Amino acid sequence: MLTLTDLRGSPARRRRERLIRSLFLGAAAVSLVISALIVFTLLGRALDFISRVDLADLISVGWLPRRGYFDIATIFAGTLVITAIGMVIATPLGLGAAIYLSEYASPRRRRVLKPIIELLAGIPSVVLGFYAIAFLAPTIVQPLCGSNSIFSMGAAGLGVGILITPLIASVAEDAMHAVPMSLREASYGLGARKRSTSLRVVLPAAVSGIVAALILGVSRGIGETMVVSIAAGAVGGSVFTVNPCLPGQTMTAAMTALATGSDQAQVGAELAVPSLFFVGLLLFAITLGLNLVSERFVRRVRKAY
Amino acid sequence: MTGRTAALRESVAPEAVRRALAGNKLQLGQIWFQALLMAALLVAVGVLVSLLIDVFDRGGAMLAERGVDFLTANTSSNPAIAGVGQGIFGSLLIVVFVLVFAFPVGIGAAIYIEEYARDTLLTRILNAAVRNLAGVPAIVYGLLGLAVFVIILTSVTGGRSVIAGGLTMAALVMPIVVITTAESLRAVPRSIREAGFGVGATKWQVIRHHVLPYAAPGILTGSILTLSRAFGETAPLVLAGGVLGGFATRPGLGAVETLQGPYTALPLIVFNWARQPSEEFRQLSAAAILVLLAIILLLNGAAIYLRSRFEKRW
Repeated sequence: MLTLTDLRGSPARRRRERLIRSLFLGAAAVSLVISALIVFTLLGRALDFISRVDLADLISVGWLPRRGYFDIATIFAGTLVITAIGMVIATPLGLGAAIYLSEYASPRRRRVLKPIIELLAGIPSVVLGFYAIAFLAPTIVQPLCGSNSIFSMGAAGLGVGILITPLIASVAEDAMHAVPMSLREASYGLGARKRSTSLRVVLPAAVSGIVAALILGVSRGIGETMVVSIAAGAVGGSVFTVNPCLPGQTMTAAMTALATGSDQAQVGAELAVPSLFFVGLLLFAITLGLNLVSERFVRRVRKAY
Repeated sequence: MTGRTAALRESVAPEAVRRALAGNKLQLGQIWFQALLMAALLVAVGVLVSLLIDVFDRGGAMLAERGVDFLTANTSSNPAIAGVGQGIFGSLLIVVFVLVFAFPVGIGAAIYIEEYARDTLLTRILNAAVRNLAGVPAIVYGLLGLAVFVIILTSVTGGRSVIAGGLTMAALVMPIVVITTAESLRAVPRSIREAGFGVGATKWQVIRHHVLPYAAPGILTGSILTLSRAFGETAPLVLAGGVLGGFATRPGLGAVETLQGPYTALPLIVFNWARQPSEEFRQLSAAAILVLLAIILLLNGAAIYLRSRFEKRW
């Protein structure tokens, strides 16, 4: 009689299968190791910073780490101003492009336009940083602000906006693409026109995905480093400001500024490097939270259709 | 979907019917709305064009004039002789680290998650870890590289070295490799696997001979996009050791010493030159950007072409 053991194959073959399986499991475990390393190094060194810093220095005139001033509000404000400008630019552009691509473009136009958006998404942020300071700052920001300095949070915000536009466009387009045809057909059947169908049927049906796209955009804007490091100025630190015409410091740029060491070390400099990890931990926590929320929204789209 | 919209419009509402239903009134609102949407898209495309024109305008002449000299010369504080040779070399070395570490591990992890893993707690944690890693800002990987590869593992990596930068970049792109590979594996229909099992193949045989060949074009496309990302990513290298100076060039330096020595990369050179106030360095930066963009657009173009060429519908 044939039993289950006969069908299992030779022990050698099964041993090999098990070995291969554990190899792949090992590969998968690497991402756990990296996650753990990120969390523990950030936590450990951030705690080290917190325990050594004079807590009064966390609320002071500005972010000047090599002089011992670690005003968190300064780098938060810079990050918020630049991300807000970026979102003001990227939301209408990204959503407009997404609605056009998903609802209006003919298949042929779509085939040409979508890769162009993808190419824009592939431009490295360091290149957009250069564009922001070499082109956007003198042609748009300086005339608007009437300022002499080419460094400004405004120029950095515009650059960040360009950077996140294709991201918002592609995630939102995916969401609208997933809306079943039958909803549009029902809307047309009721006599609705294209615009009403797009705005009142497709858009609400895809709203979770669109919210996810916007949250991802914010998260990307907050984590964006190179555009800000190049265009926002404030290489050595900054006093508190929310004026987009002025140079400012963000959480990310504060880190590159310390790493490139372009300001003079002074009193309190020994805390400069640990402060990197403290800022990094804050940044990690904020973007992780935003990404988790956006993921929840994306999953809701998938569940619905 | 859009194709179906167009087809629907054709079949359900031929011109005469459409006009009868909509009336002869010019639908200004509709036209305005569509124009607005198109404008949004055109602005996005226009920015890309304006960026290319601007960079070409500043750097094209210098690149054409210096030619090969610019591509091979070392970085220098003298703009007349500065070039991107070391940057190209450094970026290629970093890409080698990505190829050697991130790709095998990432593809292996994707195979485990898609083919082997059952829906257990461990699998869910793995999935969550990968997705969250993909969303971590690049600069945070720089901190990881600084803390782990530069500071803790100094004896292996040699501090702020090629090895530290390469491993940091490999860690950064690994989750992207996992996600794109998993997506291509998921697109291979179940029936292919079941047919394999049906004729007595083991799991690995099914994966090796049936699933992977079908998923290969998708994996390749994703890998090319990942490489282009590794070429352009700057922030982690700023923290994990990249310097403007370039490589250690003592005579008789071995391969290991080079890898444990200082380095620079093409995007780092762009970053450093872009921050210089003088117009000469602006032009140099633009020329270096042209080199970087040529590499990246070539890689992305190849990926987009491959995808459209091998797009498969089951």
